[in-house]
Amino acid sequence: MAMPAAEIERLIKARFPDAKIELKDLAGDNDHWAAHVVSSAFKGKSRVQQHQMVYDALGGRMGGVLHALQLTTASPAD
Amino acid sequence: MASDPIQEEIARTIAENDVVLFMKGTKQFPQCGFSATAAKILEHLGVTFKDVNVLEDQAIREGIKAYSNWPTIPQLYIKGEFIGGCDIMREMYAAGELHDLICEKGIPHSHHV
Repeated sequence: MAMPAAEIERLIKARFPDAKIELKDLAGDNDHWAAHVVSSAFKGKSRVQQHQMVYDALGGRMGGVLHALQLTTASPAD
Repeated sequence: MASDPIQEEIARTIAENDVVLFMKGTKQFPQCGFSATAAKILEHLGVTFKDVNVLEDQAIREGIKAYSNWPTIPQLYIKGEFIGGCDIMREMYAAGELHDLICEKGIPHSHHV
């Protein structure tokens, strides 16, 4: 039930090609991630909307296969 | 949506309580680290809130995810508005924004950060 970093990055990049993604393996188990995602797509969106966009890009894996992803988001100007 | 009794129950809970945290476990006994953090943040602010233990009701547990289009628990609602999950609460609390928000919404609280 783990999801490797490359897969998380690939899914986010596929939706937000300009995204800068920093991933941290919080527990060293390839399963508890902290992600910081910066993309111009987030401009003008609320935090909730920004996170919903990322969860949507992850295609329903969040809360399932990907059970622990600490997420922060920003647009490049922030 | 209106005909779904679970969605109606969720809407009613959120309408009847100014601050609601849907969480795993209770505020006294959280059963997940993320829910514990969320409850602790509200306690730090000195906000009285209603906790809904989703582990006691599978229908609510799934229903709340549909209600907000949000895949995870905990979920915080203030005056009917979905504010976010644990990460957003943490970020807002650290930036002082959560305190500003409860002030704006007129939510009584005992600690000022």
